[in-house]
Amino acid sequence: MSYLPYLLAVWIFLVGLFGIVRSRNFIHLVVCLSVAQSATYVLLLSIGYVKGGTAPIFKDVKPGTKAVDPVVQALTLTDIVVAVAVSALLLAFALKAFDHEGSLDPKQVVEMKG
Amino acid sequence: MNRRLRIGLFGISSAGLTALMLWAVAGLPAFGDYHHRYGTLLKKVAVSERHATNVVTSIVFDYRGFDTMGEELILFTSVMGVALLLRDVREGADRPRDAVVSDALGLVGLAFSAGLLVLGLYVIAHGPITPGGGFQGGVILSAALLLVWLAGSLRSYMRLTPTPYVDLTEGTGVGGFVVTGLVALLIGTPFLHNLLPYGLAGKLSSGGSIPVVNWATGLAVTAAFLLLYNEFLEERSFVIAGKHK
Repeated sequence: MSYLPYLLAVWIFLVGLFGIVRSRNFIHLVVCLSVAQSATYVLLLSIGYVKGGTAPIFKDVKPGTKAVDPVVQALTLTDIVVAVAVSALLLAFALKAFDHEGSLDPKQVVEMKG
Repeated sequence: MNRRLRIGLFGISSAGLTALMLWAVAGLPAFGDYHHRYGTLLKKVAVSERHATNVVTSIVFDYRGFDTMGEELILFTSVMGVALLLRDVREGADRPRDAVVSDALGLVGLAFSAGLLVLGLYVIAHGPITPGGGFQGGVILSAALLLVWLAGSLRSYMRLTPTPYVDLTEGTGVGGFVVTGLVALLIGTPFLHNLLPYGLAGKLSSGGSIPVVNWATGLAVTAAFLLLYNEFLEERSFVIAGKHK
């Protein structure tokens, strides 16, 4: 049972990848990429979890109280920001593709056939 | 490539990938039993060293501040990329007409917008103390301004966030972060070294240069999101107005 959160992360990642492979719409594709990327949040946060630990914020609890790992939480924050940046840029590309080809289907966009 | 063939190929390769990932999972520490040296050390010393009670914030803006600067530059670059991609087509075109919405919706939206503004500022200000910080608060602040569009009109939203000023704010935020690092370097300490007095733990001014970098990040993130909204909203309104080529 103690590996369940990691397996959840693996599952989310594979579901996201499956969505990307099946995708017939650029916007759908960006959403699937976000799903795959969110697997990394689950993985990072569950690695840093310490049983019975509080948040690593020592405002109302004494420093030294059992707490979860703060470093992976900081990494998750970085991860989320990068995910937003990537999504925004990809959506802008999707808009451009729609401008030029009049379609959001990768099959219809000539340069992307194959 | 044939769709069925593609999914078949994905099935085979993802089976291999799954096996590799399960192998990796087997090597991870058991859930709830993580004791890495770095995190354990910071949990012990961060509060007494920096007087910032939120250890995550002191990691983001101090211990790993250089890393966060890279992250902020990633956000900055991608927002500039979006602006570059979307801005050219609308040059010189006039504004589309606005949809009219009900007064009740506008009033409720305005009330929510004011509340969100205060919440956003609160979340940024208390970043070094309680959960929150420049990134989270910045997103809330930008959402407060976006509500003006949702509940009011595109015109009033655009008037509230003129793109040249948002550009300037974005640059000031990112620049503020970098300059804080450079000042430390000029004095002869390592880049982004925490110079200011640490203050009392639990107070708004605690953490030395952490609040400075935190506010700079808040500014940069708010502006980055506003720029994204501006670019996409203008693009969208031109598609609707039928002025798009």
